[in-house]
Amino acid sequence: MTDLAIDLLWLVILLPLAGALFLHFVGQRLPEPMAGLLASAAIGLSFLVGLVGAFPFFQGDGEATTILLWSWMPAIGANLELLWDPLSALMTLIVTGVGFLIHVFAIGYMHGDERFGRFFVNLNLFAASMLTLVLAGNYAMLFLGWELVGLCSYLLIGFWFTRDSAAGAAKKAFVVNRIGDFGMMVALMLVFAAFGTLSYAGIFDRAGEVLTTGVATAIGLLFLLAAAGKSAQIPLYVWLPDAMEGPTPVSALIHAATMVTAGVYLVARSAAIFELSPTAQVTVATIGAATALWAASIAIAQYDIKKVLAYSTISQLGYMFMAVGATAYVAGIFHLMTHAFFKALLFLGAGSVIHAMSDEQDMRKMGGLLSKMPVTGVTMGIATLAIAGVPPLAGFWSKDEILGSLFARGGWYGVLWVVGLLTAAMTAFYMTRQWVMVFWGEPRWSEDAHPHESPGMMTLPLIALAALTVVGGFVNTPFRFTLEHFLEPVFEGVSMQHPPEGWGMFALMAGISVFAGLVGLAAAGLAYRRPMEDWAEFEQGLQPVWGWWEQAYRVDDFYNVTVVQPGKKAAEAAAFSVDLPVIDGAVNGVGRLARGIGERVRVLQTGQVRNYAALLFAGAIALVVWLAVTGA
Amino acid sequence: MVAPGWYMALAAALFLVGALGLLIRRNALVMFMCIELMLNAVNLTLVAAGRALNDINGQVAVFFILVVAAAEVVVGLAIIVSIFRLRSTASVDELSEMKG
Repeated sequence: MTDLAIDLLWLVILLPLAGALFLHFVGQRLPEPMAGLLASAAIGLSFLVGLVGAFPFFQGDGEATTILLWSWMPAIGANLELLWDPLSALMTLIVTGVGFLIHVFAIGYMHGDERFGRFFVNLNLFAASMLTLVLAGNYAMLFLGWELVGLCSYLLIGFWFTRDSAAGAAKKAFVVNRIGDFGMMVALMLVFAAFGTLSYAGIFDRAGEVLTTGVATAIGLLFLLAAAGKSAQIPLYVWLPDAMEGPTPVSALIHAATMVTAGVYLVARSAAIFELSPTAQVTVATIGAATALWAASIAIAQYDIKKVLAYSTISQLGYMFMAVGATAYVAGIFHLMTHAFFKALLFLGAGSVIHAMSDEQDMRKMGGLLSKMPVTGVTMGIATLAIAGVPPLAGFWSKDEILGSLFARGGWYGVLWVVGLLTAAMTAFYMTRQWVMVFWGEPRWSEDAHPHESPGMMTLPLIALAALTVVGGFVNTPFRFTLEHFLEPVFEGVSMQHPPEGWGMFALMAGISVFAGLVGLAAAGLAYRRPMEDWAEFEQGLQPVWGWWEQAYRVDDFYNVTVVQPGKKAAEAAAFSVDLPVIDGAVNGVGRLARGIGERVRVLQTGQVRNYAALLFAGAIALVVWLAVTGA
Repeated sequence: MVAPGWYMALAAALFLVGALGLLIRRNALVMFMCIELMLNAVNLTLVAAGRALNDINGQVAVFFILVVAAAEVVVGLAIIVSIFRLRSTASVDELSEMKG
């Protein structure tokens, strides 16, 4: 059964792809829920294939296998091949498992949308692309998936493209990601120049003997640039808050649980290369820490329910980068997994709230919703406690392992540990602020809003994700490092950072981080359970800092002045000084030349057959004369 | 045996008749016959030269030309007949739609 599942592993990618193609060509005419059910079934089956295929890894006797599907360009190691090892298996299960729940939620959420079928085409296409990325057995195929998820992200952010803001956000996401992709391409060229292949098998085993520290650093930093684009890290994070223009299930699936973690996966997958460059490691960790703190501070002062979650995602991704930068790969992947659970839950909960409030996203116009929508409120509350690091929920274990690893590595990473703690307190603060603003306090919605609990199609995924959020952390606790042992074969041969040994240290670490979380939680709870006038006054008391946070440090304006406008000017200059006169001039000139010659020689074509005959005859005579004279 | 020069002279005369006829006459059918005359003048030079030089290639080339000419006649006559049906005339001077 398991062998069969591994032989049929290509089905994991093919099922959602087939779903997308079928829905595209046939399914658009299906009645509404059918398209969503088919798409959900496709990804659900994909999950089952992956689950069965992963059994050997669960039992601890699985071997990493490479499955060659098609020899594409074997000379450079760029084939369609799947690498099935614990890391790709875990990523596959996260993508398909969380993806399935979000698909189901979307059936309810997208109800009544006139492009219902089209939405599920894109959603399934995204799942297939993301699975291509995580299952790839070489960098070429990874890059293929990398670009495809970017495309799907673009399509889904701009799903409601008739809204200018959505179309603009999609474009922004695409363009910013291209900057990261540039880093990816140069990195892959360097890898190819050094190894002569793009295949993982030919790279990771030989990295130590082939790469010098300088080249490893260059590749590592370029990978970081690529990851910063895809995973929304400083300085390329600006597209993610705008990406909230997409439908909320998209935000949950792509911009919280799966696609944005591709950068973390890339660094973890390339551990053998980062192993050789402490400079690249420390840069990754520092960028992650800076992003975590920066985004958390912005999240504190947002009023849009989805914007809070967007900045929170950026901040949590920063956490993962801190972990993988400090070579605590298991901790990073662990947090990737738990974050997928509770952040998907938060986004879906936000979607449920937005749905109930008739597309209202401003938290100042909510409040007191807990009694109106208890399931959404309680599940979101669980996720809030999890992200705040309250034991024993999932977020506590993974966040604690990251912080412990940073502390254990010491030195500069010790400074990052302090940043992480500060971020943890801020995270607890803004998440509690959000929950209290939405579900607690006095109702601030207008008379004609009739909030109501969402249908079962939407609350069931919430409950499932809440269950995962509660139990998900127990896969890797100091009592039993299951995930650690599970992932160990992947990181064989690279040095890995662990949290400090011993129960005393664990209690100390956990105590400090839980304390930080509880401080943030209590502060927000005390501040925001009061009426709106009071906490508005509290926020005003924090001016001018609050204003900077609320406006996200005006980074968009800064980029607009320094990058976007000069870029547009340069493009305009090139258009009017080079493109029009030179390029268009050359093309039109050739056309004009041909027409001019035609004008002149058309008189020869008289339409009189005997004229042609005479010309032919004269030509023949001329030829004969010429031959006679030259004597040839 | 007749000297090859005579064959050449006869061929040249036939060719000239055909060429002049092609230039002077207006009737498509006659022009067509003139073309055939020119083709056969060339055939005559080929067989004569082939025989004088004792080279079989001259006769081989003639067969090729005959076959191609036959095919050309089929197409050409068909066109002329259909033009005649359409316009009740075969004068090429009136067929000048292709003027550029």
